[in-house]
Amino acid sequence: MGVTPKLGNLGVVTTGLEDAVNWARTGATWPLLFGLACCAIEYMSTQAGNYDLARFGMELNRASPRQADLMIVAGRVTRKMAPVVRQLYDQMSDPKWVISMGDCASCGGVYNNYAVVQGVDEIIPVDVYVAGCPPRPEQLMHGILTLQEKIKGERIADWAN
Amino acid sequence: MTTIAEPLDPVVALKGAFPDAVKDTKTFRDELTIIIEPQDVQPVLRHLRDTPGLIYNFLSDISPVDYYPDYDRPGRFGVSYHLYSMLYNRRVRVKTFVDEDEPVVPTVTEIWPGANWLEREAHDMMGIVFDGHPDLRRLLMPADWDGHPHRRDYPLGYETIQFSFNVDEIMKHKPFAKS
Amino acid sequence: MADMTAPTTGPTTDMSEWQGSLDELRGLVSDRAMTGETMLLNMGPHHPSTHGVLRLLLELDGEEIVSCLPDVGFLHTGIEKNIEDKTYEKGVTLTDRMDYLAPMSNNMAFNLAIEKLVDLDVPPRAQAIRVICLELTRIQSHLVWLATHAIDMGAMSVFLYCFRERERILDMFEMLSGQRMMGSYFRPGGVWRDLRPEFLPTLEEFLADFPGKIEDYEKLLTSNPLWLDRTQGVGVIEPDVALAWGVSGPSLRGSGVNWDIRKAMPYSGYENYEFNVPLGEHGDIYDRYIIRIQEMRESLKIIHQAVDNLPDGPFRSENRKFVPPPRTELGQSMEAVIHHFKLWTEGFSAPDEEVFVAIESPRGEIGCYLHGTGGTKPRKVRFKTPSFMHIQAIPVMSEGHMIADLVGVIGSVDIVLGDCDR
Repeated sequence: MGVTPKLGNLGVVTTGLEDAVNWARTGATWPLLFGLACCAIEYMSTQAGNYDLARFGMELNRASPRQADLMIVAGRVTRKMAPVVRQLYDQMSDPKWVISMGDCASCGGVYNNYAVVQGVDEIIPVDVYVAGCPPRPEQLMHGILTLQEKIKGERIADWAN
Repeated sequence: MTTIAEPLDPVVALKGAFPDAVKDTKTFRDELTIIIEPQDVQPVLRHLRDTPGLIYNFLSDISPVDYYPDYDRPGRFGVSYHLYSMLYNRRVRVKTFVDEDEPVVPTVTEIWPGANWLEREAHDMMGIVFDGHPDLRRLLMPADWDGHPHRRDYPLGYETIQFSFNVDEIMKHKPFAKS
Repeated sequence: MADMTAPTTGPTTDMSEWQGSLDELRGLVSDRAMTGETMLLNMGPHHPSTHGVLRLLLELDGEEIVSCLPDVGFLHTGIEKNIEDKTYEKGVTLTDRMDYLAPMSNNMAFNLAIEKLVDLDVPPRAQAIRVICLELTRIQSHLVWLATHAIDMGAMSVFLYCFRERERILDMFEMLSGQRMMGSYFRPGGVWRDLRPEFLPTLEEFLADFPGKIEDYEKLLTSNPLWLDRTQGVGVIEPDVALAWGVSGPSLRGSGVNWDIRKAMPYSGYENYEFNVPLGEHGDIYDRYIIRIQEMRESLKIIHQAVDNLPDGPFRSENRKFVPPPRTELGQSMEAVIHHFKLWTEGFSAPDEEVFVAIESPRGEIGCYLHGTGGTKPRKVRFKTPSFMHIQAIPVMSEGHMIADLVGVIGSVDIVLGDCDR
């Protein structure tokens, strides 16, 4: 029979469901294959053998945004590329998260000029910002773990919105 | 077995073939610069590419410069063609000046097809019009962009440093940032 | 100076601007596309095999490519305009990020241009260190090329092996400059700091191991019938066509043209090292692949020679008009304090002249055109980058082939969009 509603405390079941779903989501977040510039090379290094991303369930980069959960904006977003980023973000289905990897995606980085969007949060909502130029693989993994903590803290009340 | 001609002095050869074309020459740090008028660009470069003894067959670069607000040059924009001769292993720069009101230079895409994008970028970034170019659209900037970014009077367009007094104004540009 | 904070055009998220009309393409694609006989397909900026944000508009007759129209600029960062706003020494950090797979090559082009413009000497030890770093950069760039090219063609394990070796090179770069990739290690006049004591032993270990690893990659690919079928005879470019299109580097040498700037116009002491320049014959993908594998071996030879003959001496020029003094000198000499102050607040001045310097990066010829003002900031910096010219030549190489061959062509030409768009 398992956990029975006879416990009378419906809250226990709800929490269990949230934990289970969040655990499933953190265990296999499929990133969108979306590398723009130099941070993409560090992202590829993080995926490769030395700093393995497969242990987070992320070895499977989906090229199609419909199949991806996580968009790691790796590299500088230029004004010409901005509509593309927005379109890709819109095409991703819920639940979706965004990690802004590197200084250029977080705040414009070294480039404070006419061509670079000063932080991808001008266009899409970002969950975790990872600093660095480019961030070391360990920094990116710390960012991913922070995102996982954030996902674990999500509640049903948030999903309803 | 074809014999290779002796290398000629490009300035002497050009002065011989086009007596009025060479306006000036300059040598700085062992680099030869030949200054010509815009209308002579096509014949001079074709001569440099095809003549035995010169054979500058590789176009390395087309570099525009904006001399604003320096008014002691023959024109506001300078366009430099950097040529390299693979046979004689030497470089030369052919430079021409154009004004700001009519920045028109004949194209060299018939001589080197690789100049296609180099000229498109010079047009996009500096606004120099290449007469006869098959497809002079914007290359690096979005198609609906206004202005030519690498001109000296075009602002760098930076976002001001965020202090506490202007934080709200700057955060208006970042609607999705959760503080 | 103009108002630098003028409002810029904001990012546009209006999708209706993207639905361009077919009329805009008249003259760019063949007439058969106008009638619908051939199909126009967008291989968009977001694509797994385009090595960055490259947009290709393909005109397809079935699966065969009739013409291909590249659209670049999705990574245009305005680096050159940013450098014009900074002093020469500060501009070096921005050049790292252009061709982000060979950051030291970009550094080198810019520094050589500055040194030529202001006539600054570079001591022999700095030249040898620069050669070692440039060749390590070449090896690690070719490793990324091989990894991404092979994974596009379907060979996934090569990706993992290449990145494993690359980690060792990045560890060495970290020893030198503190950063794995964008070290800005080369400065005008030499290098930033001397070699750490642990650098040379690590390098010796790497040099001993690496030839065996190249053998591993070759065992996987070179005689692999699948690889041979997909790469031989595909993406051919004739030598005179390649020269006319401005192709340089290994892509040009694949067609048989023997031009390597390290041999033709040597810089930084390359004339003192003995190495071969591998040449191809057919100009297809396979030849360009073999050339780059051979270049990795030649780079090892050069590094061996540089390490064996590493001279002693200063690692950066001692000309205090251009090079800031070390901090230990500041406590002892008044001139050092004055030079330090002048160089770090204002920077050094360069004459109102222009120079053009070209070097051999892993992709081809990087040319740096530098025009000074007589003041401390440059008037114009322009980089002519190899990927810019090669992307122009991709339609020439891929006409008549299928989309799967196009993926191979893009990989074999080794483009990096940061290099193209700057």
